[in-house]
Amino acid sequence: MTLRKIDWALGAVLAALAITVTACGSSSSSSSSSSLPTKIGAGEGQLNLIAWEGYAQPEWVKPFERQTGCVVHAKYAGSSDEMVALMRQGGGQYDLVSASGDASLRLIRGGDVKPVNVELVPEWKNFIPQLQSPVHNTVEGKHYGISLQWGPNILLYNTKLVHPAPTSWSAIYSAKYRGQITVPNNPIQIADAALYLSKKDPSLGISDPYELTEPQLNAAVKLLKEQRPLIKKYWALASDEIELFKNGDATIGAAWPYQLSTLLADKAPVTALIPEEGATGWADTWMLSAHAPHPNCAYKWLDYITTPKVQAQQAVSYGETPVNKLACAEMERIQKGSCPIYHANAPAAYFNTIKFWKTPISKCDNGENNCMDYSAWQQKWTEVTG
Amino acid sequence: MRVSAAMFRRPWLRAVLLLSGPGAWFVLIYLAALVVLFVSALWTVEPFTGKLIHHWTLGNFETLVKVPVYRTIALRTIGIAAAVTVTDAILALPFAFFAVRIAPPRLRSALFVAVLIPLWSSYLVRVYVWRLILSNGGVLNWTLEKLGVGAINIGYTNWAIWIVFSYIWLPFMILPVWAAMERVPDSLLEASADLGARGWRTFRSVLFPLIVPGIAAGSIFTFSLTLGDFITPTLVGGAGSDFIGNVVYQNVGVANNVPFAAAFAVVPLVIMGLYLALARRLGAFEAL
Repeated sequence: MTLRKIDWALGAVLAALAITVTACGSSSSSSSSSSLPTKIGAGEGQLNLIAWEGYAQPEWVKPFERQTGCVVHAKYAGSSDEMVALMRQGGGQYDLVSASGDASLRLIRGGDVKPVNVELVPEWKNFIPQLQSPVHNTVEGKHYGISLQWGPNILLYNTKLVHPAPTSWSAIYSAKYRGQITVPNNPIQIADAALYLSKKDPSLGISDPYELTEPQLNAAVKLLKEQRPLIKKYWALASDEIELFKNGDATIGAAWPYQLSTLLADKAPVTALIPEEGATGWADTWMLSAHAPHPNCAYKWLDYITTPKVQAQQAVSYGETPVNKLACAEMERIQKGSCPIYHANAPAAYFNTIKFWKTPISKCDNGENNCMDYSAWQQKWTEVTG
Repeated sequence: MRVSAAMFRRPWLRAVLLLSGPGAWFVLIYLAALVVLFVSALWTVEPFTGKLIHHWTLGNFETLVKVPVYRTIALRTIGIAAAVTVTDAILALPFAFFAVRIAPPRLRSALFVAVLIPLWSSYLVRVYVWRLILSNGGVLNWTLEKLGVGAINIGYTNWAIWIVFSYIWLPFMILPVWAAMERVPDSLLEASADLGARGWRTFRSVLFPLIVPGIAAGSIFTFSLTLGDFITPTLVGGAGSDFIGNVVYQNVGVANNVPFAAAFAVVPLVIMGLYLALARRLGAFEAL
């Protein structure tokens, strides 16, 4: 390249810059407020889902496709952040998202999802009362989705290589397991550290692991930075963690029940528990995209996925608790004893022991404004893992 | 007839017509994309709703400079890219020398095919194979234990990233070095021998300076490909293996913070600009 050519290229860049800058002066936003449908019309033949891994298994997707003619395309996301990003960037193609409590409010505020008519989902009446209109998916009496399943994040370990059996989350912060620990690559993981600290170090005064003041957040981040040299890998997808445990690269880590049930199905020597400090957890909602191209198929899916039989299938397959009270009997039919194992018969007391994921915001529950919001969490998480 | 006559009289008109298509493509698609990148790096995102705020600020670049982790990630990316480039150059030199100067023609064609064949298989497959080789219960540890050396745990570490990148980009270094090696006339080496130089001396003073442009050309590929990659670090890296590309990916695909991703993406762009300027001085563009 000669100097003259470089000048020419620079000129072209500047010219293009000028055009773009003038074109990008302002942006317009449009909001749509549509009235709720009163009946489900004919299916559109397709349904596009954003789901957690294990939420669209052929076991219950195939019968749905046969019944309704709606062909299901599922896109798996590894974290709530990814779900939100997918809904925002590819919002035009997806119909439903299985958002957890730390994503649902962000989607509602961002205008990415729209209210649904719970009258069109008859099984909704049979949900446990806590999850009929929970604050994470119901705003000002409007239901932005239908609750699905809920459960805890568990401590998974290799029974052959981890002795003695752990009882506390302290195991994943212990140098004893250096190079064998794996935790999710997800900023909400800070809450797990905060939950552990709330019991281990009461002087910090952590009452809610999602509402952390700056010193509390820093304490949790300090613990996570000490944990980092012990970590084998921060897993992004559930299948990553399954592979790590299978190959013996990891022997202990934070997991979802899905990894446990998949590994057990493969006869891997693993088990899991909710440690004495308690656990964080999730309560998921199928939310309807504001731009859903196949709304009728979406309503058909909501109707189908909340029936006791499908609720039970998913609960047993994934290892979580169904929201439909009537699913207990169905679970027993699929796998004897599964109803009490997954607490489908005693939700009320058990429900309160889990600290459900929610989006950290700057306004604390006590009315003060000194809590750290989610962007601070994300920043800190990059500092820990980067 | 008129048109061709007009063209004949005005050669510049023909050039304009010939180049207007590719030129427009270059300006609109390529340069405009770069400009959009720079422009969006100056915006921010509303954290809760994820909406873009079109308000000029240097905040993203300020974060990049002020928060030490981004410096660590940038240095790690550059460091591993440089290590991969050096490794590939060291591997490619003797290989190309043997293939061009020593191997008989049939073996030579076979070697050429052997270099190209891995490029036919999927990138992902090749990375996943390495993940299986390097994992705790993998082929490498199994072999080492059989040999009585004892297992080494380099799966999911920066060592693994270095090995996998060096393997994946090696053909891109071998091919330009091979071409440079072929272009050196035998007569020069014979002249060197006639003047009393031994093998090493000939290599150092005659052959090597002549293939430097080839190495520089190959290094553009190995360096820039490593610099921009994020899949290998995700798949074979462990804790603390993020590349610039991973941060960009997380900010676009996970955190939905496109402006910050754009700001960080400017960093490899600047590095590559400096690198290309250096490579040009070494004569890499003539060797391509």
